[in-house]
Parts: sequence; structure tokens; C-alpha cells
Amino acid sequence: MVVANDPLAMLLLKQDVETFLYHEANLLDDRRYEEWLALLTDDVRYWVPMRRNVKFGELEREFTREGQDINWFDEGKDTLTRRVNQILTGVHWAEEPLSRISHLVTNVEIVDATPSASNAEGVALRCRFIIYRNRVATETDILVGRREDTLRREDGGWRIAQRQVFLDQNVLLAKNLTFFF
Amino acid sequence: MAITFQPSAYSGLVDHDNGMVSREIFVNSDIYAEEQERIFTRAWLFVGHESQIAKPGDFFVSSMGEESVILCRDRQGEIHVFLNSCMHRGMKVCRYDEGNTPIFTCPYHGWSFATDGALVGVPFYKDAYHEELDKSQWGLIRVPRMTNYKGGIWATWDENAPDFLEYIGGFRTYLDILFDGWDGAEGGTEVIGGIEKWLVPSNWKFPAENFIGDRYHNISHRSVDLVGIGPSGQGRRDTRERDGARALDISFPERGHGTIVFLRPADAQPVPSYQNDPVIADYFYQSEIARKERQGQLWRIMGGPGTIFPNMSYLPRQPRSIAVWHPRGPDQTEVWRWFLVDKSAPPEVKEFLRQYYIRYSGPSGLTEQDDMENWNYAHAASRGAMARRHHYNYQMGMGYAVTDFEDGGLSIPGTVLDVTKARAGEQNQRGFYSRWADFMAARDWDELAGWRNNGNGSAC
Ligand code: FES
Ligand SMILES: [Fe+2]
Repeated sequence: MVVANDPLAMLLLKQDVETFLYHEANLLDDRRYEEWLALLTDDVRYWVPMRRNVKFGELEREFTREGQDINWFDEGKDTLTRRVNQILTGVHWAEEPLSRISHLVTNVEIVDATPSASNAEGVALRCRFIIYRNRVATETDILVGRREDTLRREDGGWRIAQRQVFLDQNVLLAKNLTFFF
Repeated sequence: MAITFQPSAYSGLVDHDNGMVSREIFVNSDIYAEEQERIFTRAWLFVGHESQIAKPGDFFVSSMGEESVILCRDRQGEIHVFLNSCMHRGMKVCRYDEGNTPIFTCPYHGWSFATDGALVGVPFYKDAYHEELDKSQWGLIRVPRMTNYKGGIWATWDENAPDFLEYIGGFRTYLDILFDGWDGAEGGTEVIGGIEKWLVPSNWKFPAENFIGDRYHNISHRSVDLVGIGPSGQGRRDTRERDGARALDISFPERGHGTIVFLRPADAQPVPSYQNDPVIADYFYQSEIARKERQGQLWRIMGGPGTIFPNMSYLPRQPRSIAVWHPRGPDQTEVWRWFLVDKSAPPEVKEFLRQYYIRYSGPSGLTEQDDMENWNYAHAASRGAMARRHHYNYQMGMGYAVTDFEDGGLSIPGTVLDVTKARAGEQNQRGFYSRWADFMAARDWDELAGWRNNGNGSAC
């Protein structure tokens, strides 16, 4: 947590950030993918590691490494845009018919605000998510985990500059990851 | 552990001559249980790669069929595969995915096993066992046959199984493309860190028969072709090198393995590829030239997807990887995916491939997401009482394959269906399922090694 030397500013910032996160989640769940893409900075980094069972004391090896190992996702805007475009072809069978998805975003904490809470141009935050996905008839996945986001103010609004997703699964229990965290 | 069975009634569910296979073999739980006995305890199975256990004490927990096994390098540097179940009362000895350890200590009552499997520690050995327990008899169960072929570690539970090289036979030519370096250097590959593991609600044979060479399903990948994820930003792959090549489907029906390849013309020269980045373009171009020098005519064979019977599949070129389809019940498969790069490749090349592998493959891959959708719902729609009465159709290209395919002085190992004009065929699937029927029918490896009697020789 940032030092709350200005509690009121922190409260307002948190409100501002949460409003943004809920809006973002709504865009995804409403399938407004192109509007969602516009919320990502051009240099966005999107990373979802895989997660191993390792011995106590070796927890630094629990997650696959960004930029070095195979990860579920480790990419920027170009590949994310292609993912959106693939869904929009209407013949991406893994998302045709489209899934029904709800993102629940919770436990939001502001970790850092620069240069200050009252005047923030950048925010680092931590939150939890539950993604409920139901598709075709009875196919259902529930994915839960932690998210660490970095937001940057651009053109008067928040943009996502970095998203790190730590899923609480080892063997992935979903057959695919056709949605966005 | 030589294993003998009575022939199963189920072997008749494959009608090879008419190109039909009963849906029962995909959905019936009795048949699934017999497969675990007759196929997965007798066949050679892929366990892991030596680069995952480079140092003494390194281990990687893998799976053979449904069962957990430990792949481990002991203190002397020797590689072993053990059943991951305590000899005392069955506890899973190791519940980590990988690591390094001097000893495996069972969490239940504390028996401990050295990295060579020997039982070395028994709590209360003196007072409670009166030193009468013969520790030499209660080490971890070792998989009796194991081999390291060009870095790939394979194992089988059947002591009477043929050597691995006899098991793959002439398929070796194609498997080598996977494990050798891009320039043809023997065993020149290593695994990138991070093994993908995920569940697909489908019988394990759907992906195995897809990877054995299903050119017909190209159409299901239309969405990814439209958006383009290939190494040069288009399509799924970099395919200029295929210009002018013949398309061949290759099966070894007496062994069950199969692959598809592209055969360059006799006068072909390496073509530049991956041209968005000069370092990467140069690496692949120079590697092709080196491979051509090393291999001569064989260089003309460009590998495509393949399956080694029963459940190891691979892509030798793009995106270079291994998939194992672990059976988890008739209706579920746990997929494990390893990704390979040339050990000696510059960091830029490894990084470029890593990114390409991620966006192509597995649950987050733009290509394979659509494959899994098809396996999922083909399986689901085949389970009903009415659906089961109707066989699947594998009749494409029946009667057009040859066993002596030759092109410009190069003879191609295996039974070859030339699909250059046809664009697709199903002989590889027919070969896979007739081998499946052999495994279900055969009493033992004397019967399974049919090639020894038909003058086909172990080298074929
Ligand atoms: S089950 Fe392992 S020590 Fe008892
Ligand atoms: Fe496919």
C-alpha cells in the first residue's frame, strides 16, 4: 500500500480506479472487444504464467518466467488484437457460438500511485478476479486468481499498460483460454 | 513383467478393409479399461526430455497412461523412471512437478527412497521391524525398459517389448527431424522451460488421430488463417518452402505410427524464410544449407505433424513441439505439451520461436483452440445409444497407397499416399486403428511384432 498521507485523495483515486476496472470488465462481458482493445496502451504487456507444484523454500520457481519460459500468455497488443480479430471472424469455432462470460473484480488495492494520489498519472494495483464462463449447453468454467495491473493516464483516461494474471490452477481445468482476463 | 492376454472381443470394432471404426472404442468405458491394460502397459510411451533432468538429483514427474511416474537422474547420472507410488501403502511419493532432491521421502509413514529408487530409510526399522524387513525388495517400482533416443526419454512396462528402435522402425527417419537440430545436428534440441498441461473433454484417440496427419481439417482453421499468426505475420506458418513440394501421407500400419510430409523437388534449393528479422532469417537459411549438405537427398523431406502409437504426437517444424495425450477416462484427456528449440540457436531465435509457440499452441493458441472444440463435441455427440450404432468413416484415399514410393532417386520409408493432387487422405488413421486392433487382440509381443515374420525386417 502506498503511504496514505492524503487519505481523501487515496479514497478518490481508489473510487476512480475501481470505476475504470468495472467498466473494462463490462466491455469484455458485453463483447465490445474493440472498445476493450482501445483501453490498452500501445506498449501493453499481458502475461499469464503457468504454475508449478514446487517444494517449500523453492517458491521462486512456482511461476513460469515472463520473457523466458512458455507461459499461457506473454504478449503485447499485436497478438491481443489478433485474438480479438479471430473472434470477430465468426468462424473461430472455440468461440462460435460466443461464450457467456462474467468477470467479477474484487479486493482492489492500490499499491502505488505516481507522482501522488491526488495527482496520479500512473497506478499499480492488485485485485482478485472470478471469471465465470458458460458456453454451448452445459460447458462451464470458473477461473479464479490474482491480477496485478499497471494503469497509465492517457488522453484524460486510464489505460492498461501492464496486466499480470496469477491463476489458481496447475493443470488448467479449462480446455481453452479464448477469453481475456 | 512379460504381459500376456487373451484376445479381446473389441478388436473387431475396427473394420480396416472398409475404412470404418466403431464409435464404441471412443466412448465405451469397458473398452477404455482394456486399453489401459493392453495398450498402455505394453507400448513404448514418451516420458520426457533429458534436458529437463540435466543434473544428478533432477526429477520431473510424468505420466504413463493414467499412472504418475518419476523421471529422475540419480547421483551417478543415470536416468530412471519409477512408478510414483510408495511400496509401503501406495502414497504418491512425489507431489511436486519438478525439482532437484537427494531423496524422495514418503509423506505418509516416512519411508525414503534414493534417486536410484532404493529404499534407504524406514522409520522404526530396528524397533518395529526388528531389522527383518528386506529393504532390497521394497524399492520403488522401476519401469523395466527405458531408452534415451536423441534426448527423448521413452519407457515401457513390458520386458518383452522390442527395443525402441525396432518399435519405431523406418519411422525413425521422420522422428529424427523432431529431435535433431534444424541444421541436422544429431539430437541438437532442448526443451524450453514450462510444460503446458490442461484437460480436454474428449477421448485420447481424437487428438492422436488428428496429429497423425489430418490435412482434411485445414478448413477448421480458417479463422486463424484470416488473422495471421505465422512467423512472417501471415497465415499459420511460413509455407513458401512448400512451393513445388509433393504432399505425402506416410503410415506404418504394422506399427501404428504415421506422419505427413512435404517432399521438395529433386533440384530444390533452400529458400529464405522468416524474413521479418535478419538474424532469424539468416539462422534458418544457414541451417537449411547445413542440413542439405549433411543429409543430401533426405533434406528434401520436410516434416509435418505425426503420431507415434499410441499417444505421443509432435510437430517437427513449426511450432516444434511434443504433445502427449494422457488418458483420463473415456471422456477426458490430459494434454502435456513440450516445446523444443535448437540448443545452439542464438537467443533472438529462441525468443522468436517461444513467442510463436505460445500464440499457436495449446489452450491459449489461436490455432489449437479450434482443434479442441472439434474433439470435444465430436466426442460428446458420439456417446448416445443411437450415435454408437454408426461407424466413423475413414474411407478417403483407400487403395491408392504404395509401399515403394520413389521420387528423383529418393525412396520414402513407409506406406505412402501421394496426396499432392487429392490434398487429403485417411490412410494414416486407418493404420493407427488397425494397430489399435492388433494391440487389443494380441496375447503378447511375439504376436505384436508381426513385421518379424513378414520379411519386412526390423529396419523397415
Ligand atoms: S505409504 Fe509410504 S511410508 Fe507408508
Ligand atoms: Fe488442427
